Amino acid sequence: MTMLIGIFQELAGLFVEDGALALAIVAVVVVAGISAALAPNVPWASGAILLFGCLAVLFVNAMKARRR
Amino acid sequence: MIGNLHLGSAVAAAFLASLVEAVEALTIVLAVATVRGWRPAGLGAIAGLALLAVIVAALGPLLDRVPLHLLQLAIGILLLLFGMRWLRKAILRAAGLIPLHDEASAFEAETAELRDQARRHAQRLDWLAGLASFKAVLLEGLEVVFIVIAVSAGRGLLFPVSVSALAACLLVAAIGFLVHRPLARVPENMLKFAVGVMLSAFGLFWTGEGLGVAWPGADLAIVAFIALFLATALAAVVVLNRRGAAVSS
Repeated sequence: MTMLIGIFQELAGLFVEDGALALAIVAVVVVAGISAALAPNVPWASGAILLFGCLAVLFVNAMKARRR
Repeated sequence: MIGNLHLGSAVAAAFLASLVEAVEALTIVLAVATVRGWRPAGLGAIAGLALLAVIVAALGPLLDRVPLHLLQLAIGILLLLFGMRWLRKAILRAAGLIPLHDEASAFEAETAELRDQARRHAQRLDWLAGLASFKAVLLEGLEVVFIVIAVSAGRGLLFPVSVSALAACLLVAAIGFLVHRPLARVPENMLKFAVGVMLSAFGLFWTGEGLGVAWPGADLAIVAFIALFLATALAAVVVLNRRGAAVSS
Protein backbone atom coordinates (compact mmCIF):
# COMPACT_ATOMS: atom_id res chain seq x y z
CA MET A 1 0.00 0.00 0.00
CA THR A 2 2.80 2.41 0.96
CA MET A 3 4.47 1.63 -2.35
CA LEU A 4 1.24 2.30 -4.30
CA ILE A 5 0.81 5.64 -2.53
CA GLY A 6 4.44 6.42 -3.31
CA ILE A 7 3.91 5.61 -7.00
CA PHE A 8 0.80 7.83 -7.17
CA GLN A 9 2.65 10.64 -5.41
CA GLU A 10 5.51 10.35 -7.89
CA LEU A 11 3.04 10.30 -10.79
CA ALA A 12 1.39 13.49 -9.53
CA GLY A 13 4.87 14.96 -9.10
CA LEU A 14 5.48 14.51 -12.83
CA PHE A 15 3.09 17.37 -13.48
CA VAL A 16 3.10 19.37 -10.25
CA GLU A 17 6.39 20.01 -8.49
CA ASP A 18 6.18 23.71 -7.84
CA GLY A 19 2.54 24.48 -6.91
CA ALA A 20 2.83 28.14 -7.89
CA LEU A 21 4.04 27.24 -11.40
CA ALA A 22 1.26 24.69 -11.94
CA LEU A 23 -1.42 27.09 -10.64
CA ALA A 24 -0.15 29.92 -12.83
CA ILE A 25 -0.17 27.69 -15.95
CA VAL A 26 -3.72 26.53 -15.22
CA ALA A 27 -4.78 30.17 -14.62
CA VAL A 28 -3.35 31.21 -18.02
CA VAL A 29 -5.21 28.34 -19.73
CA VAL A 30 -8.47 29.28 -17.94
CA VAL A 31 -8.13 32.95 -18.99
CA ALA A 32 -7.38 31.88 -22.59
CA GLY A 33 -10.40 29.56 -22.45
CA ILE A 34 -12.66 32.36 -21.19
CA SER A 35 -11.37 34.60 -23.98
CA ALA A 36 -12.06 31.86 -26.56
CA ALA A 37 -15.61 31.42 -25.21
CA LEU A 38 -16.44 35.14 -24.97
CA ALA A 39 -14.81 36.22 -28.24
CA PRO A 40 -14.93 33.26 -30.63
CA ASN A 41 -14.50 35.65 -33.59
CA VAL A 42 -11.03 36.70 -32.41
CA PRO A 43 -9.34 33.33 -31.78
CA TRP A 44 -5.89 34.95 -32.03
CA ALA A 45 -6.62 36.73 -28.72
CA SER A 46 -6.79 33.47 -26.75
CA GLY A 47 -3.72 32.24 -28.64
CA ALA A 48 -1.81 35.38 -27.66
CA ILE A 49 -2.93 35.09 -24.01
CA LEU A 50 -1.79 31.48 -23.96
CA LEU A 51 1.58 32.14 -25.63
CA PHE A 52 2.66 35.27 -23.79
CA GLY A 53 1.04 34.12 -20.55
CA CYS A 54 3.06 30.90 -20.49
CA LEU A 55 6.31 32.66 -21.41
CA ALA A 56 5.72 35.25 -18.66
CA VAL A 57 4.84 32.57 -16.11
CA LEU A 58 8.07 30.69 -16.87
CA PHE A 59 10.26 33.78 -16.60
CA VAL A 60 8.64 35.19 -13.46
CA ASN A 61 8.61 31.80 -11.70
CA ALA A 62 12.34 31.33 -12.40
CA MET A 63 13.08 34.82 -11.04
CA LYS A 64 11.05 34.13 -7.90
CA ALA A 65 12.97 30.91 -7.31
CA ARG A 66 16.12 32.96 -6.67
CA ARG A 67 14.36 34.96 -3.97
CA ARG A 68 13.18 31.76 -2.27
CA MET B 1 7.52 20.36 -45.52
CA ILE B 2 5.32 21.45 -42.58
CA GLY B 3 4.36 17.81 -41.88
CA ASN B 4 8.04 16.83 -41.88
CA LEU B 5 8.82 19.64 -39.42
CA HIS B 6 6.14 18.40 -37.05
CA LEU B 7 7.30 14.79 -37.42
CA GLY B 8 10.94 15.82 -36.94
CA SER B 9 10.28 17.77 -33.74
CA ALA B 10 7.99 15.04 -32.33
CA VAL B 11 10.57 12.30 -33.06
CA ALA B 12 13.44 14.40 -31.64
CA ALA B 13 11.46 15.30 -28.48
CA ALA B 14 10.52 11.67 -27.85
CA PHE B 15 14.08 10.41 -28.50
CA LEU B 16 15.79 12.95 -26.22
CA ALA B 17 13.18 12.64 -23.44
CA SER B 18 13.38 8.83 -23.56
CA LEU B 19 17.17 9.05 -23.41
CA VAL B 20 16.95 11.04 -20.14
CA GLU B 21 14.32 8.74 -18.60
CA ALA B 22 16.15 5.57 -19.64
CA VAL B 23 19.42 6.84 -18.13
CA GLU B 24 17.63 7.49 -14.82
CA ALA B 25 15.97 4.05 -14.81
CA LEU B 26 19.27 2.37 -15.74
CA THR B 27 20.99 3.94 -12.72
CA ILE B 28 18.51 2.29 -10.33
CA VAL B 29 18.52 -1.07 -12.14
CA LEU B 30 22.35 -1.07 -12.08
CA ALA B 31 22.36 -0.22 -8.36
CA VAL B 32 20.04 -3.18 -7.69
CA ALA B 33 22.22 -5.45 -9.85
CA THR B 34 25.36 -4.33 -8.03
CA VAL B 35 23.96 -5.00 -4.55
CA ARG B 36 21.79 -8.05 -5.22
CA GLY B 37 22.75 -9.39 -8.64
CA TRP B 38 21.12 -9.33 -12.06
CA ARG B 39 18.26 -11.73 -11.20
CA PRO B 40 16.13 -9.38 -9.03
CA ALA B 41 17.22 -6.37 -11.10
CA GLY B 42 16.24 -8.06 -14.37
CA LEU B 43 13.02 -9.57 -13.03
CA GLY B 44 11.93 -6.22 -11.55
CA ALA B 45 12.72 -4.43 -14.83
CA ILE B 46 10.85 -7.06 -16.90
CA ALA B 47 7.82 -6.84 -14.56
CA GLY B 48 7.87 -3.04 -14.92
CA LEU B 49 8.02 -3.32 -18.73
CA ALA B 50 5.18 -5.88 -18.71
CA LEU B 51 2.93 -3.60 -16.65
CA LEU B 52 3.79 -0.72 -18.98
CA ALA B 53 2.76 -2.85 -21.97
CA VAL B 54 -0.57 -3.64 -20.27
CA ILE B 55 -1.17 0.07 -19.53
CA VAL B 56 -0.39 1.04 -23.15
CA ALA B 57 -2.61 -1.76 -24.51
CA ALA B 58 -5.48 -0.65 -22.25
CA LEU B 59 -5.03 3.10 -22.84
CA GLY B 60 -4.59 3.00 -26.63
CA PRO B 61 -8.17 2.01 -27.58
CA LEU B 62 -9.61 4.34 -24.88
CA LEU B 63 -7.83 7.36 -26.37
CA ASP B 64 -9.46 6.72 -29.76
CA ARG B 65 -12.88 7.22 -28.15
CA VAL B 66 -12.08 10.68 -26.73
CA PRO B 67 -13.16 13.59 -29.00
CA LEU B 68 -10.08 15.12 -30.67
CA HIS B 69 -10.51 18.66 -29.29
CA LEU B 70 -10.92 17.34 -25.74
CA LEU B 71 -7.90 15.06 -26.15
CA GLN B 72 -5.79 17.94 -27.52
CA LEU B 73 -6.83 20.21 -24.65
CA ALA B 74 -6.22 17.62 -21.91
CA ILE B 75 -2.88 16.48 -23.35
CA GLY B 76 -1.88 20.07 -24.10
CA ILE B 77 -2.42 21.16 -20.48
CA LEU B 78 -0.60 18.09 -19.13
CA LEU B 79 2.27 18.71 -21.57
CA LEU B 80 2.49 22.36 -20.49
CA LEU B 81 2.63 21.30 -16.82
CA PHE B 82 5.17 18.55 -17.56
CA GLY B 83 7.34 20.47 -20.06
CA MET B 84 7.46 23.75 -18.13
CA ARG B 85 8.32 21.83 -14.94
CA TRP B 86 11.32 20.29 -16.73
CA LEU B 87 12.28 23.63 -18.26
CA ARG B 88 12.04 25.50 -14.95
CA LYS B 89 14.27 22.90 -13.28
CA ALA B 90 16.77 23.03 -16.16
CA ILE B 91 16.87 26.86 -15.91
CA LEU B 92 17.49 26.73 -12.14
CA ARG B 93 20.20 24.09 -12.61
CA ALA B 94 21.87 26.04 -15.43
CA ALA B 95 21.83 29.14 -13.17
CA GLY B 96 23.36 27.15 -10.30
CA LEU B 97 20.35 27.62 -7.99
CA ILE B 98 19.84 23.87 -7.60
CA PRO B 99 22.52 21.20 -8.02
CA LEU B 100 22.86 19.29 -11.30
CA HIS B 101 21.40 15.79 -11.36
CA ASP B 102 24.35 13.46 -10.89
CA GLU B 103 23.86 9.84 -11.96
CA ALA B 104 26.97 8.74 -10.05
CA SER B 105 25.65 10.13 -6.75
CA ALA B 106 22.13 8.79 -7.48
CA PHE B 107 23.76 5.38 -7.96
CA GLU B 108 25.69 5.72 -4.68
CA ALA B 109 22.53 6.75 -2.80
CA GLU B 110 20.49 3.85 -4.21
CA THR B 111 23.19 1.24 -3.44
CA ALA B 112 23.60 2.66 0.10
CA GLU B 113 19.83 2.40 0.67
CA LEU B 114 19.72 -1.17 -0.65
CA ARG B 115 22.66 -2.15 1.58
CA ASP B 116 20.90 -0.57 4.54
CA GLN B 117 17.78 -2.59 3.70
CA ALA B 118 20.01 -5.69 3.48
CA ARG B 119 21.06 -5.23 7.09
CA ARG B 120 17.46 -4.83 8.26
CA HIS B 121 15.61 -7.36 6.12
CA ALA B 122 18.20 -9.85 4.87
CA GLN B 123 15.68 -12.49 3.81
CA ARG B 124 13.34 -10.18 1.95
CA LEU B 125 16.06 -8.29 0.13
CA ASP B 126 15.65 -9.95 -3.28
CA TRP B 127 12.00 -8.96 -3.23
CA LEU B 128 12.76 -5.38 -2.09
CA ALA B 129 15.56 -5.02 -4.63
CA GLY B 130 13.30 -6.32 -7.41
CA LEU B 131 10.62 -3.82 -6.34
CA ALA B 132 13.11 -0.94 -6.56
CA SER B 133 14.00 -1.99 -10.11
CA PHE B 134 10.29 -2.48 -10.99
CA LYS B 135 9.32 0.95 -9.64
CA ALA B 136 12.15 2.73 -11.49
CA VAL B 137 11.30 1.12 -14.84
CA LEU B 138 7.54 1.68 -14.33
CA LEU B 139 7.79 5.36 -13.32
CA GLU B 140 10.39 6.38 -15.89
CA GLY B 141 8.57 4.24 -18.49
CA LEU B 142 5.26 5.98 -17.74
CA GLU B 143 6.95 9.31 -18.47
CA VAL B 144 8.16 7.92 -21.81
CA VAL B 145 4.66 6.57 -22.62
CA PHE B 146 3.07 9.92 -21.73
CA ILE B 147 5.54 11.85 -23.90
CA VAL B 148 5.09 9.47 -26.85
CA ILE B 149 1.28 9.71 -26.67
CA ALA B 150 1.35 13.47 -26.08
CA VAL B 151 3.62 14.52 -28.93
CA SER B 152 1.96 12.19 -31.43
CA ALA B 153 -1.66 12.81 -30.35
CA GLY B 154 -4.20 13.00 -33.14
CA ARG B 155 -1.61 13.25 -35.92
CA GLY B 156 -1.02 9.58 -36.74
CA LEU B 157 2.60 9.86 -35.59
CA LEU B 158 2.37 7.15 -32.94
CA PHE B 159 4.47 4.61 -34.84
CA PRO B 160 7.52 6.77 -35.76
CA VAL B 161 7.48 8.48 -32.36
CA SER B 162 7.26 5.12 -30.51
CA VAL B 163 10.13 3.73 -32.62
CA SER B 164 12.24 6.76 -31.76
CA ALA B 165 11.52 6.39 -28.00
CA LEU B 166 12.19 2.65 -28.13
CA ALA B 167 15.48 3.27 -29.98
CA ALA B 168 16.61 5.65 -27.21
CA CYS B 169 15.70 3.13 -24.48
CA LEU B 170 17.46 0.27 -26.30
CA LEU B 171 20.52 2.44 -26.89
CA VAL B 172 20.80 3.29 -23.19
CA ALA B 173 20.14 -0.35 -22.16
CA ALA B 174 22.82 -1.61 -24.58
CA ILE B 175 25.42 0.93 -23.38
CA GLY B 176 24.53 0.23 -19.74
CA PHE B 177 24.83 -3.51 -20.31
CA LEU B 178 28.26 -3.03 -21.91
CA VAL B 179 29.79 -0.56 -19.45
CA HIS B 180 28.00 -1.76 -16.26
CA ARG B 181 28.15 1.76 -14.84
CA PRO B 182 25.67 4.63 -14.54
CA LEU B 183 25.89 6.93 -17.56
CA ALA B 184 27.14 9.93 -15.60
CA ARG B 185 28.64 11.65 -18.65
CA VAL B 186 25.33 12.15 -20.41
CA PRO B 187 24.73 15.94 -20.42
CA GLU B 188 21.42 15.46 -18.67
CA ASN B 189 20.62 19.09 -17.92
CA MET B 190 21.26 20.14 -21.51
CA LEU B 191 18.95 17.33 -22.69
CA LYS B 192 16.30 18.32 -20.14
CA PHE B 193 16.59 21.94 -21.25
CA ALA B 194 16.05 20.94 -24.90
CA VAL B 195 13.23 18.52 -24.10
CA GLY B 196 11.54 21.00 -21.74
CA VAL B 197 11.56 23.60 -24.52
CA MET B 198 10.11 21.14 -27.07
CA LEU B 199 7.43 19.70 -24.76
CA SER B 200 6.34 23.18 -23.64
CA ALA B 201 6.04 24.21 -27.30
CA PHE B 202 3.95 21.11 -28.11
CA GLY B 203 1.82 21.70 -25.00
CA LEU B 204 1.13 25.29 -26.03
CA PHE B 205 0.24 24.19 -29.56
CA TRP B 206 -2.15 21.41 -28.45
CA THR B 207 -3.80 23.55 -25.75
CA GLY B 208 -4.43 26.29 -28.30
CA GLU B 209 -5.82 23.79 -30.83
CA GLY B 210 -8.06 22.37 -28.10
CA LEU B 211 -9.38 25.88 -27.39
CA GLY B 212 -10.07 26.43 -31.10
CA VAL B 213 -7.09 28.72 -31.84
CA ALA B 214 -6.07 28.66 -35.52
CA TRP B 215 -2.31 29.12 -35.11
CA PRO B 216 -0.71 31.16 -37.91
CA GLY B 217 1.32 28.82 -40.14
CA ALA B 218 -0.43 25.75 -38.66
CA ASP B 219 2.21 23.18 -37.56
CA LEU B 220 4.99 25.65 -38.37
CA ALA B 221 3.90 27.57 -35.25
CA ILE B 222 5.55 24.83 -33.14
CA VAL B 223 8.97 25.89 -34.45
CA ALA B 224 8.23 29.51 -33.50
CA PHE B 225 7.11 28.37 -30.03
CA ILE B 226 10.31 26.34 -29.62
CA ALA B 227 12.35 29.46 -30.49
CA LEU B 228 10.33 31.65 -28.08
CA PHE B 229 10.53 29.20 -25.14
CA LEU B 230 14.26 28.75 -25.79
CA ALA B 231 14.86 32.51 -25.90
CA THR B 232 12.83 33.06 -22.69
CA ALA B 233 14.58 30.23 -20.85
CA LEU B 234 18.05 31.41 -21.93
CA ALA B 235 17.16 34.98 -20.93
CA ALA B 236 16.06 33.70 -17.50
CA VAL B 237 19.40 31.87 -17.07
CA VAL B 238 21.37 34.99 -18.06
CA VAL B 239 19.40 37.26 -15.69
CA LEU B 240 19.66 34.76 -12.81
CA ASN B 241 23.41 34.39 -13.36
CA ARG B 242 23.88 38.17 -13.44
CA ARG B 243 21.87 38.62 -10.24
CA GLY B 244 23.89 35.82 -8.65
CA ALA B 245 27.16 37.48 -9.65
CA ALA B 246 25.92 40.85 -8.36
CA VAL B 247 24.94 39.34 -5.00
CA SER B 248 28.26 37.50 -4.54
CA SER B 249 30.47 40.50 -5.53
